[in-house]
Amino acid sequence: MLTGIYGLLSASFFVVLDAVDVAFTEAAVGAGISGLLMLAAITMTGRSEAPKRHKPLLALLVVFITGGMLIYGTLDMPYFGSFDAPVHQHVAPRYINDSMQEVGVPNIVTSVLGSYRAFDTLGEVAVIFTAGIGVLSLLSLPLRRRSSKLDESSSENSSNSSQKDQMHEQHMVLRIVSKVLIPFILLFALYVQFHGDFGPGGGFQAGVIFAAAIILYAMLFGLDTARRVFNQSIIQLIAAIGLLLYASVGVVSLFNGGNFLDYNVLAADPIAGQHIGILLIELGVGFTVTAVMIIIFFNFAGRREAQQQATERNSPELNVTQANSTEQKGGE
Amino acid sequence: MLAHLPILQVIVPLMAAPLCLFLNRSKLVWLFALLVSAFTCANSIFLLQQVMSSGTITYQLGGWDAPWGIEYRIDELNALLLLIISTIGTVVLFAAHTSIQKELAEDRHTLFYSLYLLSITGMFGIVSTGDLFNVFVFLEISSLSAYALIGLGKDRRALWAAYQYLIMGTIGATFILIGIGLLYQMTGTLNMADIASRLAEVNQTRTVFAAFVFLIVGVCLKLALFPLHLWLPNAYAYAPSIVTAFLAATATKVAVYLLIRLSFTIFGIEFSFSSLPLQNLFLVLGLVGIFAASTAAIYKTNVKHIFAYSSIAQVGYMIVGYAIQTPTGLMATLLHLFNHALMKSALFLALGAVVYRIGSAQLSQFQGLGRQMPLTMAAIVVAGLSLIGVPLTVGFVSKWYLLVAAVEVGMWPVAVLVLLGSLLAVIYIWRIVEIAYFKPPLPGREPVQEAPWTFLAPIWALVLANIYFGIDTRLSVQVAQAASQSLFGINP
Repeated sequence: MLTGIYGLLSASFFVVLDAVDVAFTEAAVGAGISGLLMLAAITMTGRSEAPKRHKPLLALLVVFITGGMLIYGTLDMPYFGSFDAPVHQHVAPRYINDSMQEVGVPNIVTSVLGSYRAFDTLGEVAVIFTAGIGVLSLLSLPLRRRSSKLDESSSENSSNSSQKDQMHEQHMVLRIVSKVLIPFILLFALYVQFHGDFGPGGGFQAGVIFAAAIILYAMLFGLDTARRVFNQSIIQLIAAIGLLLYASVGVVSLFNGGNFLDYNVLAADPIAGQHIGILLIELGVGFTVTAVMIIIFFNFAGRREAQQQATERNSPELNVTQANSTEQKGGE
Repeated sequence: MLAHLPILQVIVPLMAAPLCLFLNRSKLVWLFALLVSAFTCANSIFLLQQVMSSGTITYQLGGWDAPWGIEYRIDELNALLLLIISTIGTVVLFAAHTSIQKELAEDRHTLFYSLYLLSITGMFGIVSTGDLFNVFVFLEISSLSAYALIGLGKDRRALWAAYQYLIMGTIGATFILIGIGLLYQMTGTLNMADIASRLAEVNQTRTVFAAFVFLIVGVCLKLALFPLHLWLPNAYAYAPSIVTAFLAATATKVAVYLLIRLSFTIFGIEFSFSSLPLQNLFLVLGLVGIFAASTAAIYKTNVKHIFAYSSIAQVGYMIVGYAIQTPTGLMATLLHLFNHALMKSALFLALGAVVYRIGSAQLSQFQGLGRQMPLTMAAIVVAGLSLIGVPLTVGFVSKWYLLVAAVEVGMWPVAVLVLLGSLLAVIYIWRIVEIAYFKPPLPGREPVQEAPWTFLAPIWALVLANIYFGIDTRLSVQVAQAASQSLFGINP
């Protein structure tokens, strides 16, 4: 709950700082997905902390020193918004003045992330991919157990069905509303994906929103139903394809005689090349982010299901959907 | 294609990691990963040759010039680190297929190799880039994959160890990020060389000072410098053996590299050593680290723990060399980077072989192994001698230069303490030797066989390298000397 508020607040903070793209990402990730994953983790571990045996004095001291150091560091900073701050004087002017001629994308943030510093973005995608693989390797259920669990659940379906129906009836309003909403969320995600060149948005945000729609579906209609569409191994491959797509754009420019990720050589006209390059890498980002978010959620929720406490699941799910809807508001 | 060597070093393993998921057959993936890391190894040798013959190589990513785009910049130091990481990565990976068969479930193998390649990628990225933010991005790749790799350990305590590492590592990374942010604020650029040239105007400000403190503390967390080392022993002890062998030989080295790069290239020697009492601080912490960790190693009963603590002590030696602040001292540090990677990977791989055969690394289980696994135990003994610093092994070379450096500037007490620290290493190595060779085999246990050749080959390759570079020191000393001189700005 608090993380959601925190995410939303920092998103608004970024808007005040005129960093709309960052705000967008923060709204989708900080206010939406991360709160949701936190809740999923809490349902697995329990609500209250184990009582502490020691007094956290040392930790308090460290926190105070760090905080003091941070404040000390701000003392000589250039004033907020001042024109002659080094940040505005050295590298940034070229991005602002020349990116339109050099990259040809109206959204300067996109041209910095997608072209000038595209390698950083490739690194970020690799970070996300690593996170997905890490979650898979630590949390995914071993194959044997997973398949036996599926058999079990299908055989138990008949006995459980009455209980399940009851749960579904309780969520009737949610289910119908979300059925209407999900196509729009998906559409909005695609808009964000392809409109990133012109307005705030891009692969990261779009990926998270797309994943949110699928997670919403999985929460209301059951994990198994969602898994039928996106099974584990396919999502895994999508995550891999996203990263590969991004990196292979770079390799193609290597073969066309440029440096790695030099989009100018992708087409005869440099500007067209830049457009193709940015479009493709954003697509790669979108693939990987969507897939990894879904992987993380499915594996968290899958473990939870393995613990099998169907009755307790009702209340946390309600909270989760609320968190999710705040995120949609934040996103839009 | 020759001009693209710097970037190939990083993107080949980066692209190979997702490709692993498509292969999905344990042995096939292993061969593929081995091939990829062998490629990076060859690539790094080429790079080193090129740097030694024609000087620093730069590479503009995306075709954008330096402060606007990201630049790769390989000088002697970077090339040396790349060589260490890629060689150790390849040699250790050779034994991986055999080792993880017993330590990991079958369906985790593909993910394991994918993470391993990502971890290598992250380290290559940190080491080759000339852009400070890029360092952070690749730091995240290497640390995230390291957490997951450690968490894969068979023992359930591995998860706890990985969690501890995750918390400490994340704090470290956050500190580094704060430092980078503050630096960007004061200089308006992220390129290392550019920051260094623009820092002169503003280096009296409190913001730059705060940035320096955050960066150094963050790096020291990653480095496991003495009071910040608590995450390391358990992480190394409970991770899968292959992971331990790889990380012990490389992860802290990358952090040492960052420390050197930050203080020498970016902030400059004068600023680094005058704004904080770094010299005394690091000398004391390094020496205390050597003694505290070596003493702790003597009392441990798990052999992996013993060597993990010894790693902390070895970090202490590197820091002492760094704190002496002369070209010779820094050269000793760099030599020790190289040499320690050789020793520790050999030791941990040999331990991996023991774990493969007897399923445990408890010291008491080692009884009688001296006769039953003669080659493996002999490897532990030779690498252990190297760790102590016996002549004709690499350990001697770096300790010798460290002593020379200390004596050169008249730090006699430091030299004596370094020697005394080595004596502590004699004790913990001897405990292992005593139990393995002079105690009868455990009653009631079936005779243990020698480790399979897939283990012995890489172990002995590393052990022989320990001896070879202990006798023929031309390559390592020459590169380390060139690197330290260029860092001090002396033209050879």
